[in-house]
Amino acid sequence: MQAEIKSKRKRPLSIILKILVVAAALITFAALIFLIAYILINGIPYLKPSLFALEYNSDNVSMFPSLINTLLMTLLALVIAVPLGVFTAIYLVEYAKKGSKFVEVIRMTAETLSGIPSIVYGLFGMLFFVQRLQMGLSLISGALTVAIMILPLVIRTTEEALISVPQMYREASFGLGAGKLRTVFRAVLPSAIPGILAGVILAIGRIVGETAALIYTAGTVAEIAVGSDFLLDSTRTLAVHMYILSSEGFHTGEAYATGVVLLIMVFAINALSNIAAKKIGVNK
Amino acid sequence: MKEKIMHGVFALAALTSIFAVVLICVFLFASGVPAMQEVGFLKFLGGTGWKPTASNPEFGIFPMIIGSIYVTAGAIIIGVPIGVLTAVFMAFYCPKKLYRPLKSATELLAGIPSVVYGFFGLVVIVPLLRDLFREHGCRGQSILAASILLGLMILPTIIGVSESALRAVPQSYYEGATALGATHEEAIFRTVLPAAKSGVLAGVILGVGRAIGETMAVIMVAGNQPRVPESIFQGVRTLTGNIVMDMAYAEGLHREVLIATGVVLFVFILIINISFSILKRRDPNAG
Repeated sequence: MQAEIKSKRKRPLSIILKILVVAAALITFAALIFLIAYILINGIPYLKPSLFALEYNSDNVSMFPSLINTLLMTLLALVIAVPLGVFTAIYLVEYAKKGSKFVEVIRMTAETLSGIPSIVYGLFGMLFFVQRLQMGLSLISGALTVAIMILPLVIRTTEEALISVPQMYREASFGLGAGKLRTVFRAVLPSAIPGILAGVILAIGRIVGETAALIYTAGTVAEIAVGSDFLLDSTRTLAVHMYILSSEGFHTGEAYATGVVLLIMVFAINALSNIAAKKIGVNK
Repeated sequence: MKEKIMHGVFALAALTSIFAVVLICVFLFASGVPAMQEVGFLKFLGGTGWKPTASNPEFGIFPMIIGSIYVTAGAIIIGVPIGVLTAVFMAFYCPKKLYRPLKSATELLAGIPSVVYGFFGLVVIVPLLRDLFREHGCRGQSILAASILLGLMILPTIIGVSESALRAVPQSYYEGATALGATHEEAIFRTVLPAAKSGVLAGVILGVGRAIGETMAVIMVAGNQPRVPESIFQGVRTLTGNIVMDMAYAEGLHREVLIATGVVLFVFILIINISFSILKRRDPNAG
Protein backbone atom coordinates (compact mmCIF):
# COMPACT_ATOMS: atom_id res chain seq x y z
CA MET A 1 0.00 0.00 0.00
CA GLN A 2 2.72 2.37 1.03
CA ALA A 3 4.70 1.56 -2.06
CA GLU A 4 1.75 2.42 -4.22
CA ILE A 5 1.24 5.83 -2.64
CA LYS A 6 4.92 6.57 -2.93
CA SER A 7 5.06 5.44 -6.52
CA LYS A 8 2.24 7.78 -7.49
CA ARG A 9 3.95 10.76 -5.88
CA LYS A 10 7.40 10.10 -7.34
CA ARG A 11 6.69 9.61 -11.03
CA PRO A 12 9.02 12.46 -12.11
CA LEU A 13 11.80 10.65 -10.28
CA SER A 14 11.30 7.69 -12.60
CA ILE A 15 11.98 9.87 -15.60
CA ILE A 16 15.10 11.31 -14.00
CA LEU A 17 16.35 7.83 -13.11
CA LYS A 18 15.79 6.62 -16.63
CA ILE A 19 17.74 9.56 -18.02
CA LEU A 20 20.56 8.84 -15.58
CA VAL A 21 20.70 5.17 -16.55
CA VAL A 22 20.87 5.93 -20.25
CA ALA A 23 23.38 8.73 -19.68
CA ALA A 24 25.68 6.42 -17.70
CA ALA A 25 25.58 3.80 -20.43
CA LEU A 26 26.31 6.48 -23.03
CA ILE A 27 29.29 7.75 -21.02
CA THR A 28 30.72 4.24 -20.68
CA PHE A 29 30.48 3.33 -24.34
CA ALA A 30 31.37 6.80 -25.62
CA ALA A 31 34.55 6.74 -23.51
CA LEU A 32 35.53 3.37 -24.99
CA ILE A 33 34.85 4.48 -28.56
CA PHE A 34 36.68 7.76 -28.02
CA LEU A 35 39.74 6.02 -26.55
CA ILE A 36 39.95 3.52 -29.38
CA ALA A 37 39.31 6.09 -32.11
CA TYR A 38 41.83 8.53 -30.63
CA ILE A 39 44.63 5.97 -30.52
CA LEU A 40 43.81 4.61 -33.99
CA ILE A 41 43.53 8.02 -35.68
CA ASN A 42 46.76 9.29 -34.17
CA GLY A 43 48.65 6.04 -34.47
CA ILE A 44 47.89 4.65 -37.91
CA PRO A 45 49.83 7.40 -39.78
CA TYR A 46 52.95 6.35 -37.84
CA LEU A 47 52.61 2.67 -38.70
CA LYS A 48 55.46 2.69 -41.21
CA PRO A 49 57.30 -0.35 -42.51
CA SER A 50 60.46 0.91 -40.78
CA LEU A 51 58.78 0.30 -37.42
CA PHE A 52 58.89 -3.38 -38.28
CA ALA A 53 62.60 -3.45 -39.03
CA LEU A 54 64.58 -6.33 -37.58
CA GLU A 55 66.84 -4.09 -35.52
CA TYR A 56 65.94 -1.57 -32.84
CA ASN A 57 68.11 1.51 -32.52
CA SER A 58 67.69 5.02 -31.17
CA ASP A 59 66.99 6.45 -34.65
CA ASN A 60 64.44 3.85 -35.59
CA VAL A 61 62.61 2.60 -32.51
CA SER A 62 61.42 -0.54 -34.26
CA MET A 63 58.71 -2.44 -32.44
CA PHE A 64 59.46 -5.67 -34.28
CA PRO A 65 61.85 -7.17 -31.69
CA SER A 66 59.32 -6.40 -28.96
CA LEU A 67 56.57 -8.00 -31.01
CA ILE A 68 58.54 -11.23 -31.42
CA ASN A 69 59.49 -11.19 -27.74
CA THR A 70 55.83 -10.76 -26.82
CA LEU A 71 54.99 -13.90 -28.79
CA LEU A 72 57.87 -15.81 -27.19
CA MET A 73 56.90 -14.64 -23.72
CA THR A 74 53.25 -15.56 -24.26
CA LEU A 75 54.08 -18.99 -25.63
CA LEU A 76 56.48 -19.79 -22.82
CA ALA A 77 54.11 -18.62 -20.09
CA LEU A 78 51.29 -20.68 -21.60
CA VAL A 79 53.47 -23.79 -21.82
CA ILE A 80 54.09 -23.44 -18.07
CA ALA A 81 50.68 -22.27 -16.86
CA VAL A 82 48.18 -24.15 -19.04
CA PRO A 83 49.10 -27.72 -18.03
CA LEU A 84 49.33 -26.70 -14.37
CA GLY A 85 46.03 -24.84 -14.49
CA VAL A 86 44.16 -27.52 -16.44
CA PHE A 87 45.49 -30.30 -14.19
CA THR A 88 44.52 -28.32 -11.10
CA ALA A 89 41.01 -27.88 -12.46
CA ILE A 90 40.78 -31.59 -13.35
CA TYR A 91 41.80 -32.42 -9.80
CA LEU A 92 39.27 -30.01 -8.30
CA VAL A 93 36.34 -31.09 -10.49
CA GLU A 94 36.95 -34.77 -11.24
CA TYR A 95 39.04 -36.15 -8.38
CA ALA A 96 38.77 -34.19 -5.15
CA LYS A 97 35.99 -34.81 -2.69
CA LYS A 98 33.58 -31.90 -2.84
CA GLY A 99 33.96 -29.51 0.06
CA SER A 100 37.16 -31.05 1.42
CA LYS A 101 39.57 -28.77 3.30
CA PHE A 102 42.26 -29.23 0.65
CA VAL A 103 39.94 -28.07 -2.12
CA GLU A 104 38.91 -25.07 -0.09
CA VAL A 105 42.53 -24.05 0.51
CA ILE A 106 43.31 -24.36 -3.22
CA ARG A 107 40.28 -22.25 -4.10
CA MET A 108 41.27 -19.65 -1.54
CA THR A 109 44.87 -19.42 -2.73
CA ALA A 110 43.80 -19.23 -6.38
CA GLU A 111 41.46 -16.39 -5.47
CA THR A 112 44.26 -14.64 -3.59
CA LEU A 113 46.55 -15.00 -6.59
CA SER A 114 43.99 -13.45 -8.89
CA GLY A 115 43.73 -10.36 -6.67
CA ILE A 116 47.45 -9.64 -6.35
CA PRO A 117 48.45 -6.55 -8.38
CA SER A 118 50.96 -7.05 -11.15
CA ILE A 119 53.56 -4.82 -9.51
CA VAL A 120 53.64 -7.20 -6.53
CA TYR A 121 54.19 -10.08 -8.94
CA GLY A 122 57.00 -8.04 -10.45
CA LEU A 123 58.67 -7.57 -7.06
CA PHE A 124 58.26 -11.24 -6.21
CA GLY A 125 59.66 -12.32 -9.59
CA MET A 126 62.63 -10.02 -9.08
CA LEU A 127 63.35 -11.38 -5.61
CA PHE A 128 62.75 -15.05 -6.42
CA PHE A 129 63.45 -15.86 -10.06
CA VAL A 130 65.88 -13.06 -10.92
CA GLN A 131 67.91 -13.00 -7.71
CA ARG A 132 67.39 -16.14 -5.63
CA LEU A 133 67.32 -18.57 -8.57
CA GLN A 134 69.85 -16.38 -10.42
CA MET A 135 68.01 -16.40 -13.70
CA GLY A 136 68.73 -12.69 -14.12
CA LEU A 137 66.52 -10.30 -16.06
CA SER A 138 65.43 -12.79 -18.67
CA LEU A 139 62.71 -14.24 -20.82
CA ILE A 140 62.35 -17.21 -18.49
CA SER A 141 62.09 -15.08 -15.30
CA GLY A 142 59.38 -13.01 -16.95
CA ALA A 143 57.52 -16.03 -18.30
CA LEU A 144 57.53 -17.81 -14.92
CA THR A 145 56.25 -14.66 -13.21
CA VAL A 146 53.36 -14.10 -15.63
CA ALA A 147 52.65 -17.85 -15.62
CA ILE A 148 51.83 -17.62 -11.90
CA MET A 149 49.80 -14.51 -12.64
CA ILE A 150 47.55 -16.20 -15.22
CA LEU A 151 47.30 -19.49 -13.33
CA PRO A 152 44.10 -18.59 -11.41
CA LEU A 153 42.42 -17.48 -14.64
CA VAL A 154 43.23 -20.79 -16.35
CA ILE A 155 42.09 -22.77 -13.29
CA ARG A 156 38.77 -20.95 -13.01
CA THR A 157 37.78 -21.07 -16.67
CA THR A 158 38.79 -24.74 -16.98
CA GLU A 159 36.81 -25.58 -13.84
CA GLU A 160 33.74 -23.90 -15.29
CA ALA A 161 34.19 -25.71 -18.60
CA LEU A 162 34.58 -29.10 -16.87
CA ILE A 163 31.56 -28.54 -14.64
CA SER A 164 29.42 -27.70 -17.66
CA VAL A 165 30.18 -31.09 -19.28
CA PRO A 166 27.03 -33.20 -18.71
CA GLN A 167 27.39 -35.94 -16.08
CA MET A 168 25.96 -38.30 -18.72
CA TYR A 169 29.24 -38.26 -20.66
CA ARG A 170 31.15 -39.58 -17.67
CA GLU A 171 28.54 -42.22 -16.89
CA ALA A 172 28.45 -43.40 -20.50
CA SER A 173 32.23 -43.66 -20.57
CA PHE A 174 32.34 -45.60 -17.29
CA GLY A 175 29.53 -47.77 -18.58
CA LEU A 176 31.64 -48.73 -21.60
CA GLY A 177 34.32 -49.91 -19.22
CA ALA A 178 36.69 -46.94 -19.39
CA GLY A 179 38.75 -46.08 -16.32
CA LYS A 180 38.76 -42.69 -14.59
CA LEU A 181 41.76 -41.41 -16.52
CA ARG A 182 40.46 -42.46 -19.92
CA THR A 183 37.09 -40.92 -19.09
CA VAL A 184 38.70 -37.61 -18.19
CA PHE A 185 40.91 -37.43 -21.27
CA ARG A 186 38.62 -39.05 -23.86
CA ALA A 187 35.12 -38.04 -22.76
CA VAL A 188 35.28 -34.98 -20.53
CA LEU A 189 38.23 -32.91 -21.75
CA PRO A 190 37.36 -32.90 -25.47
CA SER A 191 33.94 -31.41 -24.84
CA ALA A 192 35.42 -28.86 -22.41
CA ILE A 193 38.03 -27.65 -24.89
CA PRO A 194 36.18 -24.58 -26.21
CA GLY A 195 35.71 -23.32 -22.64
CA ILE A 196 39.33 -23.97 -21.75
CA LEU A 197 40.39 -22.24 -24.96
CA ALA A 198 38.29 -19.17 -24.11
CA GLY A 199 40.16 -18.96 -20.79
CA VAL A 200 43.55 -19.45 -22.41
CA ILE A 201 42.81 -16.68 -24.89
CA LEU A 202 41.87 -14.33 -22.05
CA ALA A 203 45.15 -15.28 -20.39
CA ILE A 204 47.01 -14.36 -23.60
CA GLY A 205 45.35 -10.96 -23.35
CA ARG A 206 46.67 -10.47 -19.84
CA ILE A 207 50.22 -11.40 -20.86
CA VAL A 208 50.19 -9.16 -23.93
CA GLY A 209 49.01 -6.20 -21.85
CA GLU A 210 51.31 -6.79 -18.91
CA THR A 211 53.92 -4.19 -17.99
CA ALA A 212 54.63 -3.86 -14.28
CA ALA A 213 55.29 -7.56 -13.69
CA LEU A 214 57.74 -7.74 -16.59
CA ILE A 215 59.94 -4.67 -16.19
CA TYR A 216 61.67 -6.14 -13.10
CA THR A 217 61.75 -9.72 -14.31
CA ALA A 218 62.34 -9.69 -18.07
CA GLY A 219 64.03 -6.31 -18.30
CA THR A 220 63.80 -3.87 -21.17
CA VAL A 221 66.33 -4.92 -23.82
CA ALA A 222 64.80 -4.38 -27.27
CA GLU A 223 66.44 -7.27 -29.06
CA ILE A 224 64.94 -10.50 -30.26
CA ALA A 225 65.78 -13.35 -27.91
CA VAL A 226 67.66 -15.83 -30.13
CA GLY A 227 70.49 -18.32 -29.84
CA SER A 228 71.07 -21.33 -27.67
CA ASP A 229 70.50 -19.50 -24.40
CA PHE A 230 67.64 -17.30 -25.55
CA LEU A 231 65.75 -18.15 -22.37
CA LEU A 232 68.27 -16.11 -20.41
CA ASP A 233 68.13 -13.06 -22.72
CA SER A 234 66.61 -9.91 -21.33
CA THR A 235 63.57 -9.01 -23.41
CA ARG A 236 61.07 -6.23 -23.80
CA THR A 237 57.47 -6.99 -24.71
CA LEU A 238 55.26 -4.67 -26.73
CA ALA A 239 53.47 -3.19 -23.71
CA VAL A 240 56.79 -2.49 -21.99
CA HIS A 241 58.06 -0.97 -25.25
CA MET A 242 55.09 1.38 -25.33
CA TYR A 243 55.61 2.37 -21.69
CA ILE A 244 59.27 3.16 -22.30
CA LEU A 245 58.59 5.14 -25.48
CA SER A 246 55.92 7.24 -23.81
CA SER A 247 57.89 7.85 -20.62
CA GLU A 248 60.97 8.93 -22.59
CA GLY A 249 58.75 11.33 -24.48
CA PHE A 250 60.86 11.54 -27.67
CA HIS A 251 58.82 9.12 -29.74
CA THR A 252 55.17 9.93 -29.08
CA GLY A 253 54.13 9.03 -32.63
CA GLU A 254 55.79 5.63 -32.35
CA ALA A 255 54.12 5.14 -28.97
CA TYR A 256 50.75 5.77 -30.64
CA ALA A 257 51.63 3.26 -33.34
CA THR A 258 52.56 0.66 -30.72
CA GLY A 259 49.22 1.39 -29.05
CA VAL A 260 47.48 0.65 -32.35
CA VAL A 261 49.21 -2.73 -32.64
CA LEU A 262 48.35 -3.55 -29.00
CA LEU A 263 44.71 -2.59 -29.55
CA ILE A 264 44.50 -4.71 -32.70
CA MET A 265 45.90 -7.65 -30.74
CA VAL A 266 43.32 -7.07 -27.98
CA PHE A 267 40.50 -6.92 -30.57
CA ALA A 268 41.64 -10.19 -32.10
CA ILE A 269 42.02 -11.86 -28.71
CA ASN A 270 38.53 -10.79 -27.61
CA ALA A 271 36.96 -11.89 -30.87
CA LEU A 272 38.66 -15.30 -30.66
CA SER A 273 37.60 -15.75 -27.06
CA ASN A 274 34.00 -14.92 -27.99
CA ILE A 275 34.05 -17.46 -30.81
CA ALA A 276 35.42 -20.13 -28.46
CA ALA A 277 32.82 -19.26 -25.84
CA LYS A 278 30.04 -19.53 -28.42
CA LYS A 279 31.20 -23.05 -29.25
CA ILE A 280 30.37 -24.15 -25.71
CA GLY A 281 26.85 -22.86 -26.20
CA VAL A 282 26.51 -25.08 -29.29
CA ASN A 283 27.79 -28.11 -27.41
CA LYS A 284 25.25 -27.82 -24.62
CA MET B 1 49.05 -47.98 -11.76
CA LYS B 2 48.76 -45.32 -14.44
CA GLU B 3 45.57 -44.13 -12.80
CA LYS B 4 47.34 -43.69 -9.48
CA ILE B 5 50.29 -41.84 -11.01
CA MET B 6 48.04 -39.39 -12.85
CA HIS B 7 45.93 -38.86 -9.74
CA GLY B 8 49.16 -37.89 -8.02
CA VAL B 9 50.16 -35.60 -10.90
CA PHE B 10 46.81 -33.78 -10.76
CA ALA B 11 47.05 -33.35 -7.00
CA LEU B 12 50.61 -32.09 -7.37
CA ALA B 13 49.52 -29.54 -9.97
CA ALA B 14 46.79 -28.41 -7.60
CA LEU B 15 49.44 -27.74 -4.98
CA THR B 16 51.14 -25.15 -7.26
CA SER B 17 48.84 -22.30 -6.37
CA ILE B 18 49.26 -22.94 -2.64
CA PHE B 19 53.01 -23.14 -3.16
CA ALA B 20 52.98 -19.89 -5.17
CA VAL B 21 51.08 -17.94 -2.51
CA VAL B 22 53.41 -19.21 0.21
CA LEU B 23 56.49 -18.30 -1.85
CA ILE B 24 55.19 -14.83 -2.62
CA CYS B 25 54.43 -14.17 1.05
CA VAL B 26 57.76 -15.54 2.26
CA PHE B 27 59.90 -13.64 -0.23
CA LEU B 28 58.10 -10.31 0.10
CA PHE B 29 57.91 -10.38 3.88
CA ALA B 30 61.47 -11.65 4.31
CA SER B 31 62.82 -8.68 2.35
CA GLY B 32 60.30 -6.08 3.42
CA VAL B 33 59.77 -6.60 7.13
CA PRO B 34 63.45 -6.23 8.20
CA ALA B 35 63.57 -2.95 6.26
CA MET B 36 60.48 -1.75 8.13
CA GLN B 37 62.12 -2.66 11.42
CA GLU B 38 65.30 -0.85 10.47
CA VAL B 39 63.40 2.33 9.62
CA GLY B 40 60.96 1.83 12.49
CA PHE B 41 57.36 0.82 11.87
CA LEU B 42 55.89 4.16 12.93
CA LYS B 43 58.45 6.22 11.06
CA PHE B 44 57.88 4.06 7.99
CA LEU B 45 54.09 4.09 7.95
CA GLY B 46 53.52 7.49 9.58
CA GLY B 47 56.51 9.52 8.41
CA THR B 48 55.71 12.28 5.93
CA GLY B 49 59.26 12.75 4.64
CA TRP B 50 60.51 10.70 1.69
CA LYS B 51 64.18 11.57 1.18
CA PRO B 52 65.74 8.23 0.31
CA THR B 53 69.00 9.60 -1.06
CA ALA B 54 69.65 12.38 1.48
CA SER B 55 72.71 12.06 3.72
CA ASN B 56 70.25 11.67 6.58
CA PRO B 57 67.64 9.63 4.71
CA GLU B 58 63.96 9.59 5.58
CA PHE B 59 61.68 6.74 4.54
CA GLY B 60 58.15 7.82 5.40
CA ILE B 61 55.51 6.40 3.09
CA PHE B 62 52.55 8.17 4.71
CA PRO B 63 52.13 10.49 1.66
CA MET B 64 51.99 7.45 -0.62
CA ILE B 65 49.41 5.67 1.55
CA ILE B 66 47.31 8.83 1.48
CA GLY B 67 47.94 9.13 -2.26
CA SER B 68 46.71 5.60 -2.93
CA ILE B 69 43.63 6.20 -0.79
CA TYR B 70 42.85 9.51 -2.53
CA VAL B 71 43.09 8.22 -6.10
CA THR B 72 41.17 5.06 -5.20
CA ALA B 73 38.43 7.10 -3.52
CA GLY B 74 38.32 9.36 -6.57
CA ALA B 75 38.06 6.36 -8.88
CA ILE B 76 35.18 5.00 -6.79
CA ILE B 77 33.34 8.34 -6.79
CA ILE B 78 33.60 8.48 -10.58
CA GLY B 79 33.43 4.81 -11.49
CA VAL B 80 30.79 3.38 -9.16
CA PRO B 81 27.75 5.51 -10.11
CA ILE B 82 28.51 5.21 -13.81
CA GLY B 83 29.31 1.51 -13.52
CA VAL B 84 26.27 0.54 -11.46
CA LEU B 85 23.92 2.58 -13.65
CA THR B 86 25.44 1.01 -16.77
CA ALA B 87 24.90 -2.41 -15.19
CA VAL B 88 21.24 -1.46 -14.64
CA PHE B 89 21.10 -0.44 -18.28
CA MET B 90 22.60 -3.73 -19.42
CA ALA B 91 20.24 -5.79 -17.26
CA PHE B 92 16.95 -3.91 -17.70
CA TYR B 93 17.06 -1.36 -20.52
CA CYS B 94 19.32 -2.67 -23.22
CA PRO B 95 17.51 -3.55 -26.48
CA LYS B 96 18.06 -7.25 -27.25
CA LYS B 97 19.84 -6.56 -30.52
CA LEU B 98 22.34 -4.23 -28.87
CA TYR B 99 23.11 -6.52 -25.94
CA ARG B 100 25.74 -8.77 -27.53
CA PRO B 101 27.82 -5.94 -29.05
CA LEU B 102 27.63 -3.85 -25.87
CA LYS B 103 28.60 -6.83 -23.71
CA SER B 104 31.62 -7.38 -25.97
CA ALA B 105 32.40 -3.68 -25.62
CA THR B 106 32.60 -3.96 -21.82
CA GLU B 107 34.86 -6.99 -22.24
CA LEU B 108 37.02 -4.97 -24.59
CA LEU B 109 37.19 -2.23 -21.96
CA ALA B 110 38.57 -4.85 -19.57
CA GLY B 111 41.04 -6.15 -22.13
CA ILE B 112 42.75 -2.88 -23.04
CA PRO B 113 46.27 -2.91 -21.54
CA SER B 114 46.95 -0.48 -18.73
CA VAL B 115 49.80 1.21 -20.64
CA VAL B 116 47.32 2.10 -23.36
CA TYR B 117 45.01 3.60 -20.73
CA GLY B 118 47.94 5.43 -19.21
CA PHE B 119 49.05 6.79 -22.54
CA PHE B 120 45.50 7.91 -23.33
CA GLY B 121 45.39 9.66 -19.95
CA LEU B 122 48.70 11.33 -20.66
CA VAL B 123 47.79 12.67 -24.10
CA VAL B 124 44.08 13.44 -23.52
CA ILE B 125 43.06 13.79 -19.85
CA VAL B 126 46.20 15.54 -18.58
CA PRO B 127 46.27 18.36 -21.18
CA LEU B 128 42.51 18.81 -20.83
CA LEU B 129 42.71 19.27 -17.04
CA ARG B 130 45.71 21.59 -17.46
CA ASP B 131 43.64 23.87 -19.68
CA LEU B 132 40.42 23.65 -17.65
CA PHE B 133 41.90 24.24 -14.20
CA ARG B 134 44.90 26.42 -14.96
CA GLU B 135 43.81 29.07 -12.45
CA HIS B 136 43.75 26.44 -9.69
CA GLY B 137 47.41 25.77 -10.37
CA CYS B 138 46.64 22.42 -11.98
CA ARG B 139 49.50 21.18 -14.11
CA GLY B 140 47.48 18.33 -15.48
CA GLN B 141 49.15 15.42 -13.77
CA SER B 142 47.05 15.29 -10.64
CA ILE B 143 44.80 13.32 -8.29
CA LEU B 144 41.89 14.30 -10.52
CA ALA B 145 43.54 12.91 -13.67
CA ALA B 146 44.39 9.64 -11.92
CA SER B 147 40.87 9.39 -10.49
CA ILE B 148 39.20 9.88 -13.86
CA LEU B 149 41.45 7.37 -15.56
CA LEU B 150 41.10 4.76 -12.80
CA GLY B 151 37.35 5.39 -12.71
CA LEU B 152 37.27 4.43 -16.37
CA MET B 153 39.52 1.42 -15.83
CA ILE B 154 37.42 -0.12 -13.04
CA LEU B 155 34.16 0.26 -15.02
CA PRO B 156 34.24 -3.22 -16.61
CA THR B 157 34.79 -4.87 -13.21
CA ILE B 158 31.91 -2.99 -11.59
CA ILE B 159 29.58 -3.44 -14.58
CA GLY B 160 30.29 -7.16 -14.84
CA VAL B 161 29.84 -8.04 -11.17
CA SER B 162 26.86 -5.71 -10.63
CA GLU B 163 25.08 -6.99 -13.72
CA SER B 164 25.31 -10.61 -12.64
CA ALA B 165 24.15 -9.64 -9.14
CA LEU B 166 21.15 -7.80 -10.63
CA ARG B 167 20.30 -10.75 -12.87
CA ALA B 168 20.45 -13.13 -9.92
CA VAL B 169 17.58 -11.32 -8.15
CA PRO B 170 14.40 -13.41 -8.63
CA GLN B 171 12.07 -12.05 -11.30
CA SER B 172 9.24 -12.09 -8.73
CA TYR B 173 10.75 -9.08 -6.93
CA TYR B 174 10.35 -6.97 -10.02
CA GLU B 175 6.94 -8.38 -10.83
CA GLY B 176 5.69 -7.89 -7.27
CA ALA B 177 6.75 -4.26 -7.29
CA THR B 178 5.15 -3.48 -10.64
CA ALA B 179 1.98 -5.29 -9.56
CA LEU B 180 1.81 -2.87 -6.64
CA GLY B 181 1.86 0.00 -9.12
CA ALA B 182 5.54 0.84 -9.21
CA THR B 183 6.99 2.10 -12.46
CA HIS B 184 9.82 0.23 -14.22
CA GLU B 185 12.36 2.54 -12.58
CA GLU B 186 10.84 2.31 -9.11
CA ALA B 187 10.71 -1.46 -9.31
CA ILE B 188 14.39 -1.58 -10.26
CA PHE B 189 15.75 1.02 -7.87
CA ARG B 190 13.55 0.21 -4.87
CA THR B 191 13.33 -3.56 -4.97
CA VAL B 192 15.80 -5.20 -7.38
CA LEU B 193 18.84 -3.01 -6.71
CA PRO B 194 18.49 -3.19 -2.88
CA ALA B 195 18.17 -6.98 -3.17
CA ALA B 196 21.39 -7.10 -5.21
CA LYS B 197 23.16 -4.81 -2.72
CA SER B 198 25.80 -7.21 -1.45
CA GLY B 199 26.67 -8.36 -4.96
CA VAL B 200 27.08 -4.78 -6.13
CA LEU B 201 29.19 -4.05 -3.08
CA ALA B 202 31.38 -7.05 -3.93
CA GLY B 203 31.91 -5.51 -7.36
CA VAL B 204 32.86 -2.20 -5.80
CA ILE B 205 35.38 -3.90 -3.53
CA LEU B 206 36.88 -5.73 -6.49
CA GLY B 207 37.12 -2.34 -8.21
CA VAL B 208 38.92 -0.90 -5.18
CA GLY B 209 41.43 -3.73 -5.45
CA ARG B 210 42.02 -2.99 -9.13
CA ALA B 211 42.39 0.74 -8.51
CA ILE B 212 44.78 0.47 -5.58
CA GLY B 213 46.97 -2.06 -7.39
CA GLU B 214 47.07 -0.29 -10.74
CA THR B 215 50.57 0.84 -11.52
CA MET B 216 51.57 1.87 -15.02
CA ALA B 217 48.50 3.91 -15.90
CA VAL B 218 48.64 5.79 -12.60
CA ILE B 219 52.33 6.63 -12.87
CA MET B 220 51.75 8.24 -16.25
CA VAL B 221 49.06 10.65 -15.05
CA ALA B 222 49.50 11.18 -11.29
CA GLY B 223 52.63 13.36 -11.23
CA ASN B 224 54.32 11.21 -8.56
CA GLN B 225 55.37 13.96 -6.11
CA PRO B 226 56.00 12.31 -2.73
CA ARG B 227 54.10 14.74 -0.51
CA VAL B 228 50.71 14.89 1.12
CA PRO B 229 48.56 16.73 -1.43
CA GLU B 230 46.35 19.66 -0.47
CA SER B 231 43.93 19.66 -3.39
CA ILE B 232 42.77 17.31 -6.10
CA PHE B 233 44.57 19.46 -8.66
CA GLN B 234 47.96 18.60 -7.19
CA GLY B 235 50.16 15.73 -8.19
CA VAL B 236 50.38 12.69 -5.96
CA ARG B 237 52.44 9.53 -5.61
CA THR B 238 50.75 6.22 -4.91
CA LEU B 239 52.26 3.13 -3.24
CA THR B 240 52.58 1.46 -6.63
CA GLY B 241 54.08 4.60 -8.12
CA ASN B 242 56.63 4.82 -5.31
CA ILE B 243 57.97 1.37 -6.18
CA VAL B 244 58.38 2.06 -9.89
CA MET B 245 59.69 5.63 -9.61
CA ASP B 246 62.58 4.68 -7.33
CA MET B 247 63.33 1.06 -8.20
CA ALA B 248 65.48 1.96 -11.21
CA TYR B 249 68.20 3.52 -9.07
CA ALA B 250 67.53 2.30 -5.52
CA GLU B 251 70.22 0.44 -3.61
CA GLY B 252 70.60 -1.11 -0.18
CA LEU B 253 68.09 -0.04 2.43
CA HIS B 254 66.29 2.21 -0.06
CA ARG B 255 65.58 -0.80 -2.25
CA GLU B 256 64.39 -2.91 0.65
CA VAL B 257 62.11 -0.08 1.73
CA LEU B 258 60.56 -0.17 -1.75
CA ILE B 259 59.88 -3.88 -1.29
CA ALA B 260 58.41 -3.00 2.11
CA THR B 261 56.14 -0.58 0.23
CA GLY B 262 55.07 -3.58 -1.83
CA VAL B 263 54.36 -5.46 1.39
CA VAL B 264 52.06 -2.66 2.59
CA LEU B 265 50.28 -2.79 -0.77
CA PHE B 266 50.03 -6.57 -0.51
CA VAL B 267 48.46 -6.33 2.97
CA PHE B 268 45.93 -3.77 1.66
CA ILE B 269 45.04 -6.17 -1.14
CA LEU B 270 44.71 -9.13 1.23
CA ILE B 271 42.27 -7.15 3.40
CA ILE B 272 40.29 -6.20 0.29
CA ASN B 273 40.26 -9.82 -0.95
CA ILE B 274 39.05 -11.13 2.38
CA SER B 275 36.20 -8.61 2.51
CA PHE B 276 35.35 -9.57 -1.07
CA SER B 277 35.13 -13.27 -0.31
CA ILE B 278 33.03 -12.62 2.80
CA LEU B 279 30.58 -10.62 0.69
CA LYS B 280 30.63 -13.22 -2.06
CA ARG B 281 29.75 -15.92 0.40
CA ARG B 282 26.72 -13.86 1.35
CA ASP B 283 25.70 -13.50 -2.30
CA PRO B 284 27.14 -16.45 -4.23
CA ASN B 285 25.79 -15.21 -7.54
CA ALA B 286 28.01 -12.15 -7.68
CA GLY B 287 31.31 -12.33 -9.49
